[in-house]
Amino acid sequence: MNRIKPVNQRAWWLVLPVLLSVAFSALIPLMTVVNYSVQDILGPSQRVFVGMEWYKETLRDPELHAALLRQLTFSIAVLLIEVPLGVALALAMPARGWRASLTLVIFAMPLLVPWNVVGTIWQIFARGDIGLLGYVLARLGIGYNYAQNPTDAWVTVLIMDVWHWTSLVALLAYAGLRAIPEAYYQAARIDGAGRWAVFRYIELPKLRPVLMIAVLLRFMDSFMIYTEPFVLTGGGPGTSTTFLSQYLTQKAVGQFDLGPAAAFSLIYFLIILLACFVLYNFMNQAETRDAT
Amino acid sequence: MARIQLIDIAHSYDPGAAPWALKPLTTTWEHGGAYALLGPSGCGKTTLLNIMSGLVRPTQGRVLFNDLDVTLLPPEARNIAQVFQFPIVYETMTVFENLAFPLRNRRWSGTEIRKRVHEIAEILELGADLGRRAQGLSAEIKQRLSLGRGLVRPDVAAVLFDEPLTVIDPHVKWLLRRKLKQIHQQLELSLVYVTHDQTEALTFADRVVVMAQGEILQTGSAEELFETPAHQFVGHFIGSPGMNFVACEWREGAARIGDAAIRSRSASPPDRVESLSLGIRPEHVTLHQAAGDNCVPARIVSLRDEGTRSIAVIEIAGQTVNARLPQAPRFSANAPLFAHFPAERCALYADGRRVA
Repeated sequence: MNRIKPVNQRAWWLVLPVLLSVAFSALIPLMTVVNYSVQDILGPSQRVFVGMEWYKETLRDPELHAALLRQLTFSIAVLLIEVPLGVALALAMPARGWRASLTLVIFAMPLLVPWNVVGTIWQIFARGDIGLLGYVLARLGIGYNYAQNPTDAWVTVLIMDVWHWTSLVALLAYAGLRAIPEAYYQAARIDGAGRWAVFRYIELPKLRPVLMIAVLLRFMDSFMIYTEPFVLTGGGPGTSTTFLSQYLTQKAVGQFDLGPAAAFSLIYFLIILLACFVLYNFMNQAETRDAT
Repeated sequence: MARIQLIDIAHSYDPGAAPWALKPLTTTWEHGGAYALLGPSGCGKTTLLNIMSGLVRPTQGRVLFNDLDVTLLPPEARNIAQVFQFPIVYETMTVFENLAFPLRNRRWSGTEIRKRVHEIAEILELGADLGRRAQGLSAEIKQRLSLGRGLVRPDVAAVLFDEPLTVIDPHVKWLLRRKLKQIHQQLELSLVYVTHDQTEALTFADRVVVMAQGEILQTGSAEELFETPAHQFVGHFIGSPGMNFVACEWREGAARIGDAAIRSRSASPPDRVESLSLGIRPEHVTLHQAAGDNCVPARIVSLRDEGTRSIAVIEIAGQTVNARLPQAPRFSANAPLFAHFPAERCALYADGRRVA
């Protein structure tokens, strides 16, 4: 052994509290799920080891495929609407003075509303008989009914999510914009750059790291969306707004299929992990490609 | 070609509430001159620069380029380039695209742009880097590139620099400064160079403009600023250590420190002054053991050996004065000592301003 430095092993005790809390909050529950996923739970004390059976079944489940497709479409739509809209709003927000503070407060409001309340607000807002939106649409002669028409329901969930979360993207982008030194704008003016060129060559490159965070956050969150569609439509009509987490809950809580549900959650987890990994690397690569 | 005139220019960032960031001033920048704007942080030099480039619209006054009023023209319509403290480059573009950007915005054709960009890249020694992304370049190359974006416009007649060497490594600073001088001669441009570093200002410029608290205190060559500072601030700010100012009184037709009468280049000061001082550079103070004309009793407080010279801190009538001596003085400890102020090197300052 090289005698470089005496290592005090007692320092590990300092890590213990964190280790314990992580173990109980993440590791042990995760292992329990792994445990469930390879067994058939017949009763509290009756269980049979089934190996990869649940995984195979889950991967072959056509309803899951449909839910996954619905989920992907939804998340992509969310990103395509919320990111450009958020950036546009951030660009339009006043930079300083009392107007800036006021706008910030207003923008932060949707983020402060509890998720099930968001669902309830929209459930009432979009109702044809008493809701402002539903009633106006009905009076305009537009046939709209989120409780019966699958497309209407899907679009309503999407708009609700846009209402709820575009603020987050806008606030992130706003913070990113404020961090750009004034000299960049001054140099652009002297170079005779137009508004679009300023956005394209100064603001967008400077916003990139912030937007990367925004895209990742919005992707993960929208991929796990549960509460709002549950309150608004309960996954219906039919399965038109049954997203992955909703489907999982139906299996685990509704049908009490703990084994398949556990296998499903692990697959779900891996999908999110994989998607974020791919997304992050893709965006990071674009960055380094630009740097060299 | 551009002669820049500022007529009764003044600026306040919050008219009505805030005081002048720049007090009313009138000055002219001749074509082809190399000017330095020297002053401490917050003295208004950047404001003055931005008024010339059009980034700031002055609260009052007019800006003339070759007798043409450009006060209301936006920066892109003035034939002025500006280089900022931190290198500003368009990071997602290549060096070539950066240089071409101002021309593309002015709707030049592709072949013309290529020709012009290569010319400028040649002058700035950026030719080898044209294909590289601007993001990964060193600060010094980035700063040359941002200068290039200014020079690429053929109508540019003046380049304004706002402390351009701040973030440049010391060992390449002189390279960049030499490049600037070379461009100044080669392209016959007017250069205005803002800095708070007196060495930078004095080595770079033919004419140095010293500012403090929103005012131009003096404009002159390095020698004029050193030998005949128009204001106590200029005396302090330029030179190391700065000029000595010894409080004195005007009695019986002479300036007196204590009882000793001191002759100087100044005539008698105006009748009512709040404060009167005698200004002399540490370089001109000499120490003697015998009393004589223009001599004041003195006492050495401390000595600092700086190798080729030494700085003596001496006390005269209760005031501290620096004297720069060629070598460490050898005086016996208890013998009387006198500081000699050569009359042709002394001047009176009434309320901070030099008395002619």
